[in-house]
Amino acid sequence: MIIETSGLRKSFRSRAGRESKTVEAVRGVDLSVAEGEIFGFLGPNGAGKTTTLRMLATLLEPDGGSAVIAGADLRKDPGEVRRRIGYVAQGGSTWDESTGREELVLHARMYGIGKADAQRRAAEALDTFELAEYADRRCKTYSGGQRRRVDIALGIIHSPKVVFLDEPTTGLDPQSRAHMWGEVRKLREMGMTVFLTTHYLDEADALCDRLAIMDHGQIVAEGTPADLKQEVLGDVVSVNAREVAKAADLFDNAEYVRKVETTEQSLRLYVEDGASAIPHVLRTLDAEGVSIEGIELHRPSLDDVFLAKTGRSLRES
Amino acid sequence: MKFLRDTWLVFQRQMQLLLRNPVWVAVGIIQPLFYLLLFAPLMKQALSAGGPMTDEQAYRIFVPGMLVMVALFSAFSGFGIIAELRAGVIERNRVTPVSRVALLLGRSLRDVVQLLFQAVLVTLLAVPFGLRVAVGDALLAYLLIGLMTLLLSSTGYALGLTLRSEDAMAPMLNTVIQPIMLLAGIFLPLTFAPQWLKNVANINPFKWATDAVRALFAGNPGDDAVWQALAILTPLTVLALFISSRTFAKSVR
Ligand SMILES: Nc1ncnc2c1ncn2[C@@H]1O[C@H](COP(=O)(O)OP(=O)(O)OP(=O)(O)O)[C@@H](O)[C@H]1O
Ligand SMILES: [Mg+2]
Repeated sequence: MIIETSGLRKSFRSRAGRESKTVEAVRGVDLSVAEGEIFGFLGPNGAGKTTTLRMLATLLEPDGGSAVIAGADLRKDPGEVRRRIGYVAQGGSTWDESTGREELVLHARMYGIGKADAQRRAAEALDTFELAEYADRRCKTYSGGQRRRVDIALGIIHSPKVVFLDEPTTGLDPQSRAHMWGEVRKLREMGMTVFLTTHYLDEADALCDRLAIMDHGQIVAEGTPADLKQEVLGDVVSVNAREVAKAADLFDNAEYVRKVETTEQSLRLYVEDGASAIPHVLRTLDAEGVSIEGIELHRPSLDDVFLAKTGRSLRES
Repeated sequence: MKFLRDTWLVFQRQMQLLLRNPVWVAVGIIQPLFYLLLFAPLMKQALSAGGPMTDEQAYRIFVPGMLVMVALFSAFSGFGIIAELRAGVIERNRVTPVSRVALLLGRSLRDVVQLLFQAVLVTLLAVPFGLRVAVGDALLAYLLIGLMTLLLSSTGYALGLTLRSEDAMAPMLNTVIQPIMLLAGIFLPLTFAPQWLKNVANINPFKWATDAVRALFAGNPGDDAVWQALAILTPLTVLALFISSRTFAKSVR
């Protein structure tokens, strides 16, 4: 495991007027991330994603718990952790008056990389992220997407083992987001482990090999997107038929059906794997002469997972 | 050595950005000119109350005061750091293994260079008005001014990183700098002050610095004020650098 954390905690004291209250931002996070995977943190605003990342990136001292990142102990040897990781902040990190190239060269040099090597790496990164065209313009003239790409390039300029990306695609248009996904996958191909946060369901689903769902400072579920969805409900095959009650009886003893629900016009069958269940369902109905008007397969979304674990929908929170 | 290399790296970047926006050069020339043209003649008259005074004598008292004043203003460095904090630059620096002292020192040295440039400019601008000073004395005076800048700019950085907001920073600086300026005898030497005011001024380190720079411009490098100022400013500067680099190490967002 390239990242292992145990019981990571952080609370903040914040003052609202005269009274001070404590916000428990992260309440005991246990994680393990395997080398070479894209690991995602999915959670609503204020869930504690950034706080966790900032602790792992040595920017914030944890109140408790421990972590080992790329073989270095976070509490005992933060300097070594810094050398082995890259971090891209949620809010960006470029300076208006500098050019993208200058930022990249400087940042590489802060990792102790020599001047010539730093320039070579900057040129390479500018190519990788399709920034060469704007490389020598000041950052203040960049579009949001271009600027975000510079941020990411900064995070990986020293070829870290692990890179933390805090909401890499927030604020990008759909096309740039798709583009960014491609770039994040490229990082994995280069051999990096990517740890990112997001509150986009589709992003977590499409991009992450594994993910943890976070809410109120705690991890409420962890696994591959497919596993998470399976674990909660499985797929739903819903059949529109006139004789719902009769149809329902047919599946009472079918072993591939976990649960049967009926509504006025439709029959809902909870099954492990919807795609392979559909032929069985059709055959059974056909054999008994139940005529159907339609059949639909509903695969649970990560939102269903979030709903099942927290009782709230991620879309609403 | 890593620390020196890192400091150079930060310093270089800061200088590059400074030179990219040379408005400050114009401001650096115009501001002192205002004082030399509009205030110095008035001060000469005021000082002549204690006996007739030549232009040269007047500028020997006035120019050092102005140098200390511009050095005091380097505490406004704190505003720049708040902007960097907001842009995420500080956090980006802190996530690298770069030396935390270098993050501070590289920036403060940029302020020192900028200020020394301004100090030389002020001195040269005063020459046509009648100022005369030996090069050696001036260099020693610049050393004192440089120390003061290091002290104040690093204090400014620590303040900026701690307060994290311009709105908190501005009143804070004004409240602190005003009495320091008045009690340093920058505009009028404190020789005219009542005794109680002199006593209060004695706890102001910058009063000692002003005295020392005046002694140097008067051509008395052996004056006690000179070593006293060095003895006061050096430990203070070291302390400020120490405290401020710690805020660079742990400042959040
Ligand atoms: N420096 C701070 N001082 C006080 N409270 C803080 C601080 N940083 C974070 N918090 C609080 O901790 C909680 C978690 O914040 P965090 O930024 O980790 O959330 P997040 O999951 O990244 O949310 P988002 O999706 O909005 O970025 C929030 O309630 C936030 O207000
Ligand atoms: Mg966040």
